Amino acid sequence: MAKVVFKLGNDISTDIIYPGRFMATVLPTETPQYAFADYAEFNARLKKKEVAPGDAIVAGLNFGCGSSREQAASCLKGYDLAVVAKGFARIFLQNAINLGLNTIICPEIEANEGDELEITREDVINKTSGKTFKIQPLPKARQAIIDAGGLIPYTRKRVLEKHGR
Amino acid sequence: MGMTVVEKILSRAAGVCCLKAGDVVEPAVDVAMSHENAALVINQFKDIYKDTGIDARVFDPSKIVIIFDHRVPAESSKTATNQKKIREFVAAQGISKFHDIRGDTGGICHQILPENGYVRPGDVVVGTDSHTTSHGALGAFAFGIGATEMASVWALGSALNIEVPATIKVVVSGKFKKYVSPKDLILHLIGKISAEGANFKVIEFHGDAINNMSTSGRLVICNMSVEAGATSGIVPADNETVRYLREEAGVKDDISLVQPDKDAVYDSVIEINASKLVPQIACPHTVDNVKPASELAGKKINQIVIGSCTNGRLDDLEIAAKILRGKKISKDVRMLIFPASARVLAKALKKKIIALMSLMGAVIVNPGCGCCLGVHQGALGDGEIALSTTNRNFKGRMGNPNAEVYLCSPATAAASALTGVITDPTKGGK
Repeated sequence: MAKVVFKLGNDISTDIIYPGRFMATVLPTETPQYAFADYAEFNARLKKKEVAPGDAIVAGLNFGCGSSREQAASCLKGYDLAVVAKGFARIFLQNAINLGLNTIICPEIEANEGDELEITREDVINKTSGKTFKIQPLPKARQAIIDAGGLIPYTRKRVLEKHGR
Repeated sequence: MGMTVVEKILSRAAGVCCLKAGDVVEPAVDVAMSHENAALVINQFKDIYKDTGIDARVFDPSKIVIIFDHRVPAESSKTATNQKKIREFVAAQGISKFHDIRGDTGGICHQILPENGYVRPGDVVVGTDSHTTSHGALGAFAFGIGATEMASVWALGSALNIEVPATIKVVVSGKFKKYVSPKDLILHLIGKISAEGANFKVIEFHGDAINNMSTSGRLVICNMSVEAGATSGIVPADNETVRYLREEAGVKDDISLVQPDKDAVYDSVIEINASKLVPQIACPHTVDNVKPASELAGKKINQIVIGSCTNGRLDDLEIAAKILRGKKISKDVRMLIFPASARVLAKALKKKIIALMSLMGAVIVNPGCGCCLGVHQGALGDGEIALSTTNRNFKGRMGNPNAEVYLCSPATAAASALTGVITDPTKGGK
């Protein structure tokens, strides 16, 4: 079960998820401290570990628009959050899949902070409201990367093949 | 069935005949560009080879371009250390298209690539920067990717598992009015189709107004196509592309002009009459919150910025200088100029534009991106308002979530610098 820990609207930019002024920090081990840095309360809850792995952020359309900065995906992956959004911006979605951040495209999702979600292969079931919402599959082009557990293991496999190993 | 430009480029690069939107391919990459975030790419690249016993070598050093532009000269020891690591990697891998912090060859990546002739029509260009869409101005398929994706490109030389995007055709007819520019066109288009109106799609530009537009202007509209969510913007290459590459970038070898088929299949067609456009402004905090400048006239501003990968080219500085000439910048605003590259700065110095703007009260800053994304110089104070020729006005942009950024053309920025309030450059005879 995933608890909705943060509810956001449309067009949440990567500047909101990971402000530009922290971009000199790049390592996935260091980026989580700046996740939603300008939302002091949520940032504090993350840092105090008040949010459990698997809990969900729910957002509207075009989540992750703007910059290609991968920190926006790695900082959320650091807390093992799921992102359930009505839609994602292209580069963010690619980065998220590459890093294994759980992204769920759910065009009709309705949920509030504190709601409990059950996420299956096909649906998001809001246990609090009792409503069920269909999941839209991730881009088919990325399936091989998802299956490999992320882009680094996928590419590693390809490099080994290239070298006949 | 005919093909769009991008379908043709991807068919060539993937070695597969007649691709159409939705097909999944793995195109060979012609140009792979990174800036300071190469520090993360290097980290991920080394991770790919971990425990494989294979030496981590990039697929082709001549196809990799690395440019320092986001925080130059380094604003912190952390950045300086990252830049040092990148320099060492560049030397070890034999990457020659490397633009360090220099007053002769440095600058913003989206100006360095075109002015050095690194991008050709028909190329597949990837960059770890969302505004890599800019290079569609030269008839290339150019798009932004993340650092791990780039590490894969460095290893394998291809863009992995790309879905051929659908294409929106935008036809722009007519002639721009005086002081109305390509920036106003792209802001208008983004306002019309929204910040996600072109998500996962390509915008292909056509029409008289595009045919008559300089490469500099085409770079503006392709640059900001990503603000409508587009994977890329593209102007099919033509005589102007050849002129730019030959005269301004010194390209001597053959240039092929990839064109869409007459019966290409488009997702949709949008028509715009350039002669009816007026100066536009994108209001906080989304780029699609667009209004005519005249509606905002009189709004007080604290900082004016002309520059960036969007509007820091010679023609942008020239139009600003023309409006400022013989006048004084309002004492109520601070005006910052960030030329797009050292070469642009040198040309502007030669034309005495820099001296003129400086004497009018503008501060000339070295070429770089830092101000636009709020990491280096030009940060805003709480409650302050900036009017800027950059490309994003998201909350937190220019370094302060309690400030506001309005986006406009160089002409609107210059006219407003004289008054200290938002001013429509087509009105009032400034």
